[in-house]
Amino acid sequence: MQTIYTDFLVVGAGLAGERAAVEAADAGFSAICLSLVPARRSHSSAAQGGMQASLGNSVMGEGDCPDVHFADTVKGSDWGCDQEVARMFADTAPIEMRRLAHWGVPWNRVVPGKSIYYKGGKQFEKVEAKEKEGLIMARSFGGTAKWRTCYTSDGTGHAVMCTMDNRCAQVGVEVHDKTEAISLIQDGDTCYGVVARCLRTGELRVYLSKATMIAAGGFGRIYPNTTNAVICDGGAHTMCVDTGVVPMGNMEAVQFHPTGIVPTDILVTEGCRGDGGTLLDVDEKRFMDIYEPEKAELASRDVVSRWMTHHMREGHGVKSPYGEHLWLDIRHLGEEHITGKLREVYEICTYFLGVDPIHQLIPVRPTQHYSMGGVRTNRDGAAYGLKGLFAAGEAACWDMHGFNRLGGNSLAETVVAGGIIGRKIAEYLQGSETEFKTGLINDEVKKQQSRINALINGTNGSENIYKVRAAMQDALHKGANIFRNQDGLETCVASLQEALVRSKKVGLRSNGKGVNPELAAALKLEGQVKMALMVAYGALMRTESRGSHNREDFTARNDRDWLNRTLAYWKKADDTLPTLDYEPATEVVEIPPGDRGYGKSEIISADDKKE
Amino acid sequence: MSRLLKFNIFRYNPEDDQSTPHMQEFVLEETDSMTLFIALNRIREEQDPALQFDFCCRAGICGSCGMVINGRPGLACHTKTRDLPGEITLLPLPVFKLVGDLSVDTGTWFRDMYTATESWIHTTKEFDPDALEERMDNKDAVAIYELERCVECGCCISACGTARLREDFMGAAALNRVARFLIDPRDQRTENDYYEIIGNDMGIFGCMGLLACEDVCPKHLPLQNQLGFLRRKMGITSLKRIFRK
Repeated sequence: MQTIYTDFLVVGAGLAGERAAVEAADAGFSAICLSLVPARRSHSSAAQGGMQASLGNSVMGEGDCPDVHFADTVKGSDWGCDQEVARMFADTAPIEMRRLAHWGVPWNRVVPGKSIYYKGGKQFEKVEAKEKEGLIMARSFGGTAKWRTCYTSDGTGHAVMCTMDNRCAQVGVEVHDKTEAISLIQDGDTCYGVVARCLRTGELRVYLSKATMIAAGGFGRIYPNTTNAVICDGGAHTMCVDTGVVPMGNMEAVQFHPTGIVPTDILVTEGCRGDGGTLLDVDEKRFMDIYEPEKAELASRDVVSRWMTHHMREGHGVKSPYGEHLWLDIRHLGEEHITGKLREVYEICTYFLGVDPIHQLIPVRPTQHYSMGGVRTNRDGAAYGLKGLFAAGEAACWDMHGFNRLGGNSLAETVVAGGIIGRKIAEYLQGSETEFKTGLINDEVKKQQSRINALINGTNGSENIYKVRAAMQDALHKGANIFRNQDGLETCVASLQEALVRSKKVGLRSNGKGVNPELAAALKLEGQVKMALMVAYGALMRTESRGSHNREDFTARNDRDWLNRTLAYWKKADDTLPTLDYEPATEVVEIPPGDRGYGKSEIISADDKKE
Repeated sequence: MSRLLKFNIFRYNPEDDQSTPHMQEFVLEETDSMTLFIALNRIREEQDPALQFDFCCRAGICGSCGMVINGRPGLACHTKTRDLPGEITLLPLPVFKLVGDLSVDTGTWFRDMYTATESWIHTTKEFDPDALEERMDNKDAVAIYELERCVECGCCISACGTARLREDFMGAAALNRVARFLIDPRDQRTENDYYEIIGNDMGIFGCMGLLACEDVCPKHLPLQNQLGFLRRKMGITSLKRIFRK
């Protein structure tokens, strides 16, 4: 058994993890990132849009500053965020964007003079200032008061990921790719590293560290339809859930996007609807204008996703081998518009679907997109419950997004949080000494080895991993989706509890030798079902609607009773439900709860609270 | 009734003593908009849970799923079965070390490449968090991004005649990487510095000019132009070095 020591260990090599590792390396510490795939394949690289930072260089961003960015972020969160964290984020984002430019990101730059832009399908003209020439340019994004999104063409995530990975190579951060962490080494008080499985040979390996960080992205793959990469399966979260002492924050806060294409759930941009695309049902009839006469297809993400789901439930969905869907129609926009302004949409449709959107309808359905919830940390990124354990990026609930995050704020969070938390970790490393207990390490390795043996030998049963996983995904899809209500969530919780029992009886059909993909899936299944239960049970208990969490039976945002964050623990391995606890959403209040300015606005005020 | 597709897939698990390299046949009913991503996952979930292959983003952005599809290296995620005949042969990419079945180790190869090309901005300037960002011409930014679009899928390396013959040949992906830094105004390296890296048979002078790299690049990178550009630059640098001696 190989044992590798490092000062700082990161589980995940996307933007948040690598950014934090660079900070530790700059402070003179050794840092290793573990990754399922080569770092540049991380899901960070798939983000196309951009990163929010209030540089205010574009004429449309004039007057922007961290205060405005902060206010947008708090409103977007539906007042569910930690305002102290949102403030740190908004203040630090401009510095991090400039730092990325220094490290090599080819940000698009301000070109002075006249240019044309579109809003709501109409054409407008703007003039960029001469004195801003060559500074970082910004584009417009939903939910922001100013043009604030820094971007590199249509590949921001990819460009920043390349630069960050280059920086890692330069400062000596090691990336151990094709390596999957499967459990934390911890004694209920301190985290000492992980047991990992090599995805080149299947062998187990021990990584010991003074500080360990979870930066493994979202866990969208517990849903059947998600825009997330196949590696976003929550495997790293499950290690934390398994400890019993590390809580997950706001797991019920899950964001859905209206137009994932069927079957592969790749996104087509909201721009399709912005430019005049319409949604059609099985009879090729429009329906959004019935539900939302004023805004129709242009209502907010949450609202459109809800009505689409409702319409399919009413029996108007299109049946397909991949489940029900609806149609997105952009044919009337014409060839020039589709191959020009919507080129990316045109390419996705032709490359991945074989559909020609100039003449054909695009199959779409609402799709899981982003997890606001994750490993709960304090403002320094330190996880609750275990010393030496940290988290950052989508994997964490830091928590600047609250119950709904704004476009462009997630990609920005990765590097901004990675930087801030990386510096805190460097401070932590400076002042800490650790003793590694060999007994503890050996016990954990033995435990993992016996789990693997039991799966290979079918000691606990012969349930089929893929069938149990499908049962979990199906339960979430039916009950903990865009629309939520008591009946649906109760049924969902019950189905998940059945899936949990089955997940403990999984046995492999293959021999489990080497880099066996069935074994990799089986090792995380029970933890995934527990996370699914945290989502569904948290949603069942939260009797209000806030941000992406929509209860049909409790439509108001209830600040009187629910201006708080859910903490979900899995205290004992044999429990059949998570233990829920709550803490105030924010200790510091810069902006008291108010109207978001979009979507529904039914609010039960915190002032109604009886003394 | 839709087509029954016949897949011939390369199988070998180096970690299993019982395993020997062979081709295995799977049959699958074609569905609408089926891609190789969908097909391979269905085969794994319904027929052989041990089948190894790599996908990550499944959207043509990350480059994980390079494989040889009916004789040609390409990304499996955006290969639709309806564009292929009823018999589909899948092989792992050559040149890279085999992990098992269709999965190869591109990570190690590319990491060695970063080290060899010193794939980062070389500058003596320090970052000042209190200063405005340094200005850059938007044209430069766009030109750099055009080359940085490489997803490191490895298709160009697998299709390269020289890389197939010589293990130490850097290949189009690495030369493209050098070109990306060569045109970046932030990088202070001189042409002489780059010559030290690629001015040899392992680098630009090893290229036989067969240009299969550009033919198979799923991102349609202008590899041919970059190879020409570097060859001219390094040729001139080479002459200058001779006359200076």
